[in-house]
Amino acid sequence: MNKGYFESYSSLTLYVVIIMFFVLAMRIYQLQILKGDDYREAANSNKIRVITLPATRGIIYDRNNVPLVKNKPYYYASLMPETKNIDTEGLANLLGIDEKKLIAKIKKEEAHRFKSIVLKEGLTFKDVAVIEARRSDFPGLMVEPNISRQYVFNNIGSHVIGYLGKMTLKQMQSADYDNITPETLVGQWGAEEFFDKQLRGTTGEKIIEVDALGRQLQLLGQTKPKMGDDITLSIDIRLQEIAERAFNGKSGALLAVDTRSAEVLALVSLPAFDPNDFVFGIDTDKWTALYKDKRHPLINRALQSSYPPGSVFKPLVAIAALEEGIIDAHSGTHCSGVMHYGNYSFGCWKSHGRVGFHRALVESCDVFFYEIGRILGVDRMDKYARLFGLGKSTGLGLRRGVDEKDGTVPSTKWKLKTLKKPWFLGETFNASIGQGYISVTPAQVALMTVMIANEGVIRPLTLRKNGNEDDPMKKLDIRPETFDAVKKAMYGVVNEEGGTGSAARSSIVRISGKTGTAQVIAGRVKSEHQKEKFRDHAWFIAYAPAENPEIAVTVFVEHGGHGGSTAGPIAKEVIEAYIKGKAGK
Amino acid sequence: MQFLQINRKYLKLFDWYMLLLLLAISIIGVMTIYSATRPIITTIQPKYYIKQIVWIITGLAAMVSVAVYDYSWLKKSAYILYSMGLAMLVLVLFIGKSGMGAQRWLELGPISFQPSELFRILLIIGMSRYLSSIKGPLTKWPFLISLAAFGLLPFMIILKQPHLGTALVLLATFFFLAIAKKIEKKILITLIVFALVVPPIAGKLIWRHLKDYQKNRIVAFIEPDADPKGIGYQIEQSKITIGSGMATGRGYLKGTQGPLRFLPEKHTDFIFCVFAEEWGFVGSTAIISLYLLLFVRGITTALKSKDEFGRYLALGLTFMLFMYFFINMGMVLGMMPVVGVPIPFMSYGGTTLITNYVAIGILINIRMRRLALCY
Repeated sequence: MNKGYFESYSSLTLYVVIIMFFVLAMRIYQLQILKGDDYREAANSNKIRVITLPATRGIIYDRNNVPLVKNKPYYYASLMPETKNIDTEGLANLLGIDEKKLIAKIKKEEAHRFKSIVLKEGLTFKDVAVIEARRSDFPGLMVEPNISRQYVFNNIGSHVIGYLGKMTLKQMQSADYDNITPETLVGQWGAEEFFDKQLRGTTGEKIIEVDALGRQLQLLGQTKPKMGDDITLSIDIRLQEIAERAFNGKSGALLAVDTRSAEVLALVSLPAFDPNDFVFGIDTDKWTALYKDKRHPLINRALQSSYPPGSVFKPLVAIAALEEGIIDAHSGTHCSGVMHYGNYSFGCWKSHGRVGFHRALVESCDVFFYEIGRILGVDRMDKYARLFGLGKSTGLGLRRGVDEKDGTVPSTKWKLKTLKKPWFLGETFNASIGQGYISVTPAQVALMTVMIANEGVIRPLTLRKNGNEDDPMKKLDIRPETFDAVKKAMYGVVNEEGGTGSAARSSIVRISGKTGTAQVIAGRVKSEHQKEKFRDHAWFIAYAPAENPEIAVTVFVEHGGHGGSTAGPIAKEVIEAYIKGKAGK
Repeated sequence: MQFLQINRKYLKLFDWYMLLLLLAISIIGVMTIYSATRPIITTIQPKYYIKQIVWIITGLAAMVSVAVYDYSWLKKSAYILYSMGLAMLVLVLFIGKSGMGAQRWLELGPISFQPSELFRILLIIGMSRYLSSIKGPLTKWPFLISLAAFGLLPFMIILKQPHLGTALVLLATFFFLAIAKKIEKKILITLIVFALVVPPIAGKLIWRHLKDYQKNRIVAFIEPDADPKGIGYQIEQSKITIGSGMATGRGYLKGTQGPLRFLPEKHTDFIFCVFAEEWGFVGSTAIISLYLLLFVRGITTALKSKDEFGRYLALGLTFMLFMYFFINMGMVLGMMPVVGVPIPFMSYGGTTLITNYVAIGILINIRMRRLALCY
């Protein structure tokens, strides 16, 4: 009885379910079949547009909170997707672009159903006014805002600050650039690129339904843009400017580093460029000119070029020899201006006669270093060079986009592996005066100089203010007497009679330093008599004040001839400016 | 050896047909979620579909574990389970996490779930136990007791959360089950009279308790043109999306309405629209046929059950799943107000999915043990 009731109840339920099923099916039939055409039409005319809301990019400041960049809004003309029957000739005239290019652009980006096609960027207010006035003639034409940069100091510090640009193909494929809309400008060089992730913030978007003229009918949803973080660099833009001017038009590189924190105060690579040229996509002619310029303004010489260090390598060889017990501070040799080895002879730049350790550094005697190099051997030289950061990129920047060079520090193993040849003693002689296979970047030499000045504190160079704050203090295991002897000699280089660096002698601060000349071609012909492109490169490393160093400056002048006379005065000028700046505060 | 034999019997008696229907609908659901959440600006596919797959796997595990042990234990502990369910509902009122202006979520460590979801099943279990314990037809007092305990009490609590859709489904399930037990004519007549009189009055009372978004939805349903920017838009877009699928659809991953975000809840409540746009009338009727087969299977399970408890349980669970399906379909097809009810097995969402899998697990359990002699 009971079961019979339940059965009929369940059957009733079953029938109801089946009836409901048919009700739903009929409704679906009504919507999809009977009214399907209308709804398809309605769906297709559902015009939706996604408007990206650019995020305000973080500001880059120098160490004294001077803004190095400004955010500058700009406007671009764009065309609504699926705009039909547009008068391309009139539009090309209005925007001042080639009609063929315009048609090609529209055709190329037609596939996007909801993103507007960017036609012209970097519009001035006058352009905007003209376009707005004639917008009704071109249904679908719009003017949209975006954010770009203005580089306050133009070409000063351009290699450090960098510039923005459209994403490169490589960036588009990189996970670091996920979630970035194609019209967003991202950092392409220097700090803009290196700190891009912090600076750029998050782009927002607004999804709106629009009518045929592109006017907003209703807002369907939006995510607000998130501002990027500001970055404070370690750079002192005033010092940077003085350093760049001190080169007086010559090509080269300079690094001024605070020896206590390893923060880079100035990083120069010359010739430079004006980053403002790159903002809206540099035009082809300008780019070709920059790219083909024989002086290569688009290479950051401080990081991307490596050169033989020449005699600025000698303090390091001296440290190695002292530490390894090969010599002491009183050792000496006789320099006759040449050293014979088998059928070869290795010259010195002059005949020094009897030289001790101190004078050998002060006068940069090659023969003395041939002698100690012979005993030291290339592999021990290699060991010390690496301790002081040579032969390895400093990690200062440009890590992602443009590779920083590692340079080369030779060893017997290195030669066997790379050149598949054994090492010759003659090559050791070259290596001990910083010539031959060895090649280093100015940034590496700067790190070495800082480490000599602060007596072996291991700290990476940094471009951010307080960038090394969390760094645990580590020190090389080198005796203080060793540094003492070398630093005394480096003081002598600048301040003693006959020192090669006397051009850097200052009346307001005690500067220590070392000159270097990197040969471009073999042989000892006086540089002044050579064509510029064969002339030697000039090096000068310096730190000051001698007893209690605060700043280390590394100068590299391309084809500058002799290190002391060309590079020395630049170092002096920067150091004096630093000292004066400190007093002025 | 005997254990193995029993196991083999289980395998033979297991409701593979039901499992097949369930998996078919679930897989279609995952595919549609993938399509609905396609990005339009960037190239990164959001992880919704992967989460849904994880939940399906979890649901399958839950389903199997529910199906394996004879459901008699459910009968034994029915009241305890039901009380625990009520306690959870009350708890969520106090410490629950809000989402979309409603307080329905309970956080348990890393997992957050909606107790009202699991409660649906516990209510049916409790109600089935109560009905099966009464000899003869349902008389006045037992009816009133059950109305208070299984009808009004949970209804008030869930309405307070507020979760109008679930509250109504549960109340409907209660009446449906109460009548499944033969009921005194007097009560039945009273109920019918009430059904005609109460809704207008209760409607007013409930109206006062509704949140603004719920009111908007009802207004929009009655008068879609009055509020073009609000919720009426949602119904209109839903109809456009389904209708634009026409006979054979735009093709998989070719739908435009979903990914373009015309539909705000495209991967949850409005997932059917995305499917219908891409697969057309052919696909739409095919999938609702799968649902029909599943409900028919549920009802025949009730009819074949070995005991009275199993009968009410199977019928109640099937009815609940059907209600969810029908209300959701009615909503997306523009036949009912938007009440925010997901479509079972297809909509994105963990708690609902797992709960529905557990319901299927119980149905499979009842069908497996229909031949009482086996044990």
